[in-house]
Amino acid sequence: MDQRIIVAGFGGQGVMLLGQVLSYTATALDLHTVWIPSYGPETRGGTANCSVIISDTPIHSPLVEYPNILLALNEPSLRKFENKVTPGGVIITNSSLIKDHVFRDDVTVIEIPANDMALGLENLKTVNMIMLGAFMTQSTFLSEEAIHKTLEKTFSGAKAALLPLNQQALAMGYEHARSHA
Amino acid sequence: MAKVLMKGNEAMALAAIKGGCDAFFGYPITPQNELPEYLSYHMQEHGKIFVQAESEVAAINMVYGAAGAGARVLTSSSSPGIALKQEGISYMAGSELPAVIINVMRGGPGLGSIQPSQADYNQVTRGGGNGDYHLLAYAPESIQEAVDIIKDAFRVADKYRNPVMVAIDGLIGQMMEPVDLDKPIDLDLQSKPWAADGHGAKRGKNNKILSLFLDTKDLETHNLKLKVKYDQMVSEEQRYELVQTDDAELVIVAYGSMARIARSAIAMARQKGYRVGMLRPITLWPYPVQGFEALASNVTHLLTAEMSLGQMHQDVLIANEGQRQTHWFGRTGGVVPSADELFDVIENIILKGGVA
Repeated sequence: MDQRIIVAGFGGQGVMLLGQVLSYTATALDLHTVWIPSYGPETRGGTANCSVIISDTPIHSPLVEYPNILLALNEPSLRKFENKVTPGGVIITNSSLIKDHVFRDDVTVIEIPANDMALGLENLKTVNMIMLGAFMTQSTFLSEEAIHKTLEKTFSGAKAALLPLNQQALAMGYEHARSHA
Repeated sequence: MAKVLMKGNEAMALAAIKGGCDAFFGYPITPQNELPEYLSYHMQEHGKIFVQAESEVAAINMVYGAAGAGARVLTSSSSPGIALKQEGISYMAGSELPAVIINVMRGGPGLGSIQPSQADYNQVTRGGGNGDYHLLAYAPESIQEAVDIIKDAFRVADKYRNPVMVAIDGLIGQMMEPVDLDKPIDLDLQSKPWAADGHGAKRGKNNKILSLFLDTKDLETHNLKLKVKYDQMVSEEQRYELVQTDDAELVIVAYGSMARIARSAIAMARQKGYRVGMLRPITLWPYPVQGFEALASNVTHLLTAEMSLGQMHQDVLIANEGQRQTHWFGRTGGVVPSADELFDVIENIILKGGVA
């Protein structure tokens, strides 16, 4: 079954890159994928989101109206998309910023204190990689090895020094999601 | 080569380079800015020319000049920017100058919105410029198709000595998909003995590039010469795709992103046992009337689906010639409909509209 993903948060949380890493990895694995950014006034200071479809069959409509995986990096994003998630789907939240939320009972919820964990790494910008790690516990098509290859490409050249930190963030997110599932 | 993940606007820019584009002239506008941004880096690397003009009007006249000198030239813009370029486009058609124009459509009229739209249909197919002219106009549904068309568009423009427009909605410009840019093509670079390239002395005559014919008979003769080209385009350049029409009772007519959405709606309809297919125009001008002629008699209903308010429906009515029942669905202003929404329209027609 297709993985239909929405990644949503504040502008600056690395939401777009997170989605692109998924699509780059799917492309490397010769899967079908599409990435769509929200673009327009809402990306300037407000919420930012992107949608990703990963499939082993050709993708018709590129739009994700009803995701089966939602990555909500802040509370406005959760409120905006929670009711769109298909029954039986997965919601991964950044529980550092989303507290005491009463979730639907027909979805799997994975709560990751991503901001707190990122502060533990002394780099708040790793929030997206921690969330990506959590996603990887739910990934149908993408292998860990392929994600690592994408990260090696993403953090190369001038950004190469950031690779180990981001790999660490990814591993921490994965481990946290796996042990708290 | 393996596919690469690219944003539509950037992939189209690279496709233009691969299609032999010598020069780009443009002026920024959302949602196509990644296209000139990409070319601003990469045209130089290929020894090609990139100029950010001071306005759309300046850009299209630079295109006129470079095309007149024999170069393969590209400009890109979005709906209101294309509106500003119409005078130059008409002059280029009149002067028989080849060029490729990419229009990444957004909501209108006026400044409108920056969200995806197909409301330039009339601007693309009828033109906003004056006079008896046409543009060959393509409307791809995916980044791959856009890339394949743009790579070949310079050859087609040269062949007809006429501007070619590639119209996509902002969604295809903004999204990323895996794309193969290395499919081999024939650039078919022919000499351009008509070009004003500074070699008049060698040729023994100076070429003139102009669209001014003060004698009415001369202008009529010229326009009839243009018409021969347009007639040839109508007979040779119509492109379309038929999707599951063999047993269909209802056929959706949709292009661009709307066709992608229609594919999903068709899959939903087929699951319910509704016999639905699609006629997908790939050329908007010439309009693929041949596709309508190819539909069998089992098709009793046509449903136009567009991200505009009935603009393409006019061409569907013309192509249909009153033969089948026609229906229309559209959204406007930058709203992209969901497959569910289109499916509801299909189901409504089938349940209420008496599709057998």
